Amino acid sequence: MAELALVLLLVGLVPTGAVWPQPQLVRESPGRCRLSPGRFRFGYARSSAVGPGCAVLDQAFRRYWRLLRDAGPRAPEDTRPWEPLCAELLVSVATPHCDGFPNMDSVESYKLSTSEDLSLLSSESVWGALRGLETFSQLVWRDEDGMFYLNKTDIVDFPRFAHRGLLLDTSRHYLPLRAILETLDVMAYNKFNVFHWHIVDDPSFPYESAAFPELSRKGAYNPATHVYTLNDVKLVIEYARLRGIRVISEFDTPGHTLSWGPGHWTLCSVACDFILLLSLACRRSNPEIQAFMQQMGFGQDYAKLESFYIQRLLDIISSYGKGYVVWQEVFDNGVKVKPDTIIHVWRENAGPYQQEVARVTKAGYRALLSAPWYLNRISYGQDWQTAYQVEPLEFEGSLEQKELVIGGEACMWGEYVDVTNLTPRLWPRAGAIAERLWSNKTVTDLQDAYIRLADFRCTLLRRGIQAQPLFTGYCDAEYSGF
Amino acid sequence: MMQGQRRAMEPARLFLGLLAVSAALAASSLHQRPPQPELLLEEEEPELGESPSGSLWPLPRSLRILPDQLQLAPTRFQLVHGPGSTAGPGCALLQDAFRRYYEYIFGYSKWQNRGQRPLPTGTELFQLQVIIGSKDSECDNYPTISSNEAYQLSVTEPVAVLRAEKVWGALRGLETFSQLVYEDDYGSFVINESEITDYPRFAHRGILLDTSRHFLPLKSILTNLGSYSYDHIYTPTDVRLVIDYARLRGIRVIPEFDSPGHTQSWGKGQKDLLTPCFNGEHRSGSYGPVNPILNTTYHFMTDLFKEISSVFPDAYIHLGGDEVDFTCWKSNPDVTEFMKQQGFGIDYAKLESYYIQKILDIVSSTNKGYIVWQEVFDTGVKIKPDTIVEVWIGTSYTTELSRVTRAGFTTILAAPWYLDYISYGQDWKKYYSVEPLNFPGCEKQKKLVIGGEACLWGEFVDATNLTPRLWPRASAVGERLWSSKNVTNIGDAYNRLVKHRCRMLRRGIAAEPLFVGYCDHEYRGL
Repeated sequence: MAELALVLLLVGLVPTGAVWPQPQLVRESPGRCRLSPGRFRFGYARSSAVGPGCAVLDQAFRRYWRLLRDAGPRAPEDTRPWEPLCAELLVSVATPHCDGFPNMDSVESYKLSTSEDLSLLSSESVWGALRGLETFSQLVWRDEDGMFYLNKTDIVDFPRFAHRGLLLDTSRHYLPLRAILETLDVMAYNKFNVFHWHIVDDPSFPYESAAFPELSRKGAYNPATHVYTLNDVKLVIEYARLRGIRVISEFDTPGHTLSWGPGHWTLCSVACDFILLLSLACRRSNPEIQAFMQQMGFGQDYAKLESFYIQRLLDIISSYGKGYVVWQEVFDNGVKVKPDTIIHVWRENAGPYQQEVARVTKAGYRALLSAPWYLNRISYGQDWQTAYQVEPLEFEGSLEQKELVIGGEACMWGEYVDVTNLTPRLWPRAGAIAERLWSNKTVTDLQDAYIRLADFRCTLLRRGIQAQPLFTGYCDAEYSGF
Repeated sequence: MMQGQRRAMEPARLFLGLLAVSAALAASSLHQRPPQPELLLEEEEPELGESPSGSLWPLPRSLRILPDQLQLAPTRFQLVHGPGSTAGPGCALLQDAFRRYYEYIFGYSKWQNRGQRPLPTGTELFQLQVIIGSKDSECDNYPTISSNEAYQLSVTEPVAVLRAEKVWGALRGLETFSQLVYEDDYGSFVINESEITDYPRFAHRGILLDTSRHFLPLKSILTNLGSYSYDHIYTPTDVRLVIDYARLRGIRVIPEFDSPGHTQSWGKGQKDLLTPCFNGEHRSGSYGPVNPILNTTYHFMTDLFKEISSVFPDAYIHLGGDEVDFTCWKSNPDVTEFMKQQGFGIDYAKLESYYIQKILDIVSSTNKGYIVWQEVFDTGVKIKPDTIVEVWIGTSYTTELSRVTRAGFTTILAAPWYLDYISYGQDWKKYYSVEPLNFPGCEKQKKLVIGGEACLWGEFVDATNLTPRLWPRASAVGERLWSSKNVTNIGDAYNRLVKHRCRMLRRGIAAEPLFVGYCDHEYRGL
């Protein structure tokens, strides 16, 4: 069967210089240097606008220096004695900004040239340098004798989509901080750049608010242990920043807010009407709501009430100078939103999602795609292939419309997921989406992807990540994190 | 009203980042549904409640729990051999179990720092006495298909008593006892006075692990029954470790050496074992099943199974016999010639039959019994009457159970319990709902079903995802095979299994969640 054929292809034959996700342009030349992980150095080029003191890169140098040791085996070529020693990698960043946060407009492109004595990584911003460092770390390989090598390679790379996100749900199950931080690490290995933190929802409210402490005190599963303190949140944001990852938190309303209720009765007495909007019984039974509907002339059309609420909320958010992303229903229900709103397409049963993307972009809004990328929906077999074969711009629309698709998000909803199974369920499957969002549109060969992804999965194992197998086979270093 | 609304919007000030707004699924259900592709079958969210049976899993045969509570002091409580027991401190199996269960009961809390003040009289449980009744406790034996696992547990002040004929029952009783102890709101260890009589419904309650599709490091196997082996091999020492580890837990280890199919990897190290395939007149370079026409094949198998039968102490060996692809045999001219000589014509099932019968004879001569996959029965191979047939093919397995038992063979059921077939949602419920004896047949036939196995085939499973994929889903199968036939209430099972899962977390097992919720002590293995 086809799967067996793929396995046979894999055995021992990963091309050198295989990087995940696939860079835009890779050119390998003959020649290589031996690398001594203990002696190899990362440094700033003289031309760089940022230098020592730039925490993002200082920390990255340390991290990637350690990761060099996790380099993996490759098919060896002819061994030539007395090969030169790779000396160092110099990084040159064009813009002098180091202490800010990555954003939608950050430039993540980079150029990487490795050669015998000097390797050079140049980028527009520190975020691009981070992407380049990750690529560099995947270029280093080891032969059968354990010697580290770096082939002469030239890479020009940049992401296809600017928004490449991963959603974690910490309400259905609390995820300990270390699980979130590990996820951020692996996101960086995959060049994901947005962490969508679906932090609260119906079942629990783990966010410890300073202004409203009762929300978590009454709404968390266990307010002593199953909460994220402000320090935790700050840690996540900074940890992400150092990896070039934006943190977008989601406080979902008016539905999905059952856990808000217990902690906020005073709020509820007036605003409960809004918070419990989704409950039909509540709606029908609540005389104040009925009266309000009549007053406003909404009749029995609760979608109008929802619209009313959401518009008020959007105005409030705008007044803080924040932009917003909304799930697609807001658009579907005709709520009046600002033109720079981003619509998040997730539904699969309201017709094919491609039609929704067409509708959203036709109306002039930017779109994010998640519908075909619900990683929580597990099934038997190599489902990474289905995720990989999604082409975000395959919908009926003009070029302008296609430009409005700014990227997508892999979603790991938490009904059946917590720290016991998060990592193997996320990786390497989410990697398929990472490549779809970063690499060139033409990178679609499944067989080649299988070989590279299976190899990348072994890299993840070497880096201590509990990534599950794609199919029958083995890695030289099996998971031993017991 | 308008002012109230403005006040109500204040929490918005707290939002750190972008705000996401969900829409009402306006005309739809009462319950909040998560923003995800709607399930065609609305998943009924179970209400987590308290079961009258606490957190016992699997549910014992007969159970009486009284409201009176007794306390256990970790510094004083002891698991001991009771008076009149035919097992004593020389019984390594029970000594090991005492230590293990003490740790399970008290281990996860920081009890060491508690004070040692005596508890009020009449409320403390000082000991659990374990009394083995039978003259031969079987302490140094390996468990078998006919091992007696029954036990009686009586929890009363000041001493609880666990009685069993054999040590196997004591092991089961210790597990149940450990599940009766819980911590109250003040952190004290408490147990209710109770009377339990218990024994398994089915004698064969198995888990299949596949270490060929993916090598499983020993620790992974032992965790689910580190020295990581860099060469992906289980040495004789490793094998012995697994067997002994299992024995101490009353678990039999049945090895499967599957042939003539599923043997590609054998051919790499044993020349001429596999059938060379042909493309017309020339060898194609690939190989098929074990070559049934060569004497060398049977010499090899004789030596191999002689070794296997001495390494693995269990009375049974699983010989496989499934999914034999005839294509290669058909292409090989020597095989064709052999078929003619034997008068098999073009009926390759007869050739398969020929091979398997010879293997069965070889294994019988080592004094082992054998288990085979259902194809061996289905293709009419002549097998000894005491063969155990394992039913695994999913389509109409109830019909197969009828056929196999009608022909008088003992059978094990695996078909509805392929845990490697993952899917979205609470699939444990469908494993739990299987009733193994729901097939057309008389009483005598039903008695031939000795149990079942939850199978975790390894195509997509290795040490990175084995444990969460096995547990707690396999627990559903565990209760189905142990508890009484009428223990079928899904709601009660949910309440108990959620707690049992949290208990597994406390014991360091990364069992995945059943549904939305939490455990007081989340998994700390990372």
